[in-house]
Amino acid sequence: MEMKTQVHAEDNKQELFIIREFDLPIELLFKAYEDPEIVAQWMGTKVIKLENRRHGAYQFETTDPKGNKHGFNGTIHEFVPNKKITRTFEMESAPFPVQLEYLKFEPLSDEKSKLTMQVVYQSIEVRDQILKLPFVQGVNMAHNRIESLFNN
Amino acid sequence: MKLRRDVFQAIADPTRRAILMLLTTQTMTAGAIAGNFDSARPTISKHLQILTECELLQQDQQGREVHYQLNPSKIKEIADFIEPFRQLWDERFNKLEDIMKNYQSKG
Repeated sequence: MEMKTQVHAEDNKQELFIIREFDLPIELLFKAYEDPEIVAQWMGTKVIKLENRRHGAYQFETTDPKGNKHGFNGTIHEFVPNKKITRTFEMESAPFPVQLEYLKFEPLSDEKSKLTMQVVYQSIEVRDQILKLPFVQGVNMAHNRIESLFNN
Repeated sequence: MKLRRDVFQAIADPTRRAILMLLTTQTMTAGAIAGNFDSARPTISKHLQILTECELLQQDQQGREVHYQLNPSKIKEIADFIEPFRQLWDERFNKLEDIMKNYQSKG
């Protein structure tokens, strides 16, 4: 099966690339990043603020299944419709340093487009930790399921 | 092909994945590994045997003790650490695509 989303993370580098081709015209792909209501839908988050301009800022808030709120925020440095967004990203409830994101939007045809996300981290260690996070969470979830089996 | 299937069976088990996670930062003896789990010692030994057979773990004889360590080249081969990260983004982007396809047909 072809993988629509690719992650390139070379060893000993403090950056990674997330690449995805969409069956969408470039305008629609970009709109999914521009329109606060649409961002809220696909990111599954509450959009508190989204200022799409140089020196603008954004602020998201998600609620986990336990009801805990998690804040995310960043500053927008470049915002060029249908071409690029450059921004920072910070998780407020996690001890990870701010990361820098370069989003490049490219048309492939009238109906297809491509997004390349380059994410730069403070260090190689931070990148590797964040890369492993979903894996570790999967392991923890399996542990919790086992624990609840024993406790019942 | 048998070996390849074994690797994926090995990491499909949550206890074996937890053992791999334990060994990401250090080498450990079977006893020290077993100390991290409630399972009986022979159960953990069986897990270690499976992980060693499919080459995810290597044994290192240090005096009388056998230490277990990750086999980095095998771990890299299966790239399992990256896969959940990729899936997370894949699901997110699939959702984006679905929403915008609907938006397109409405507009």
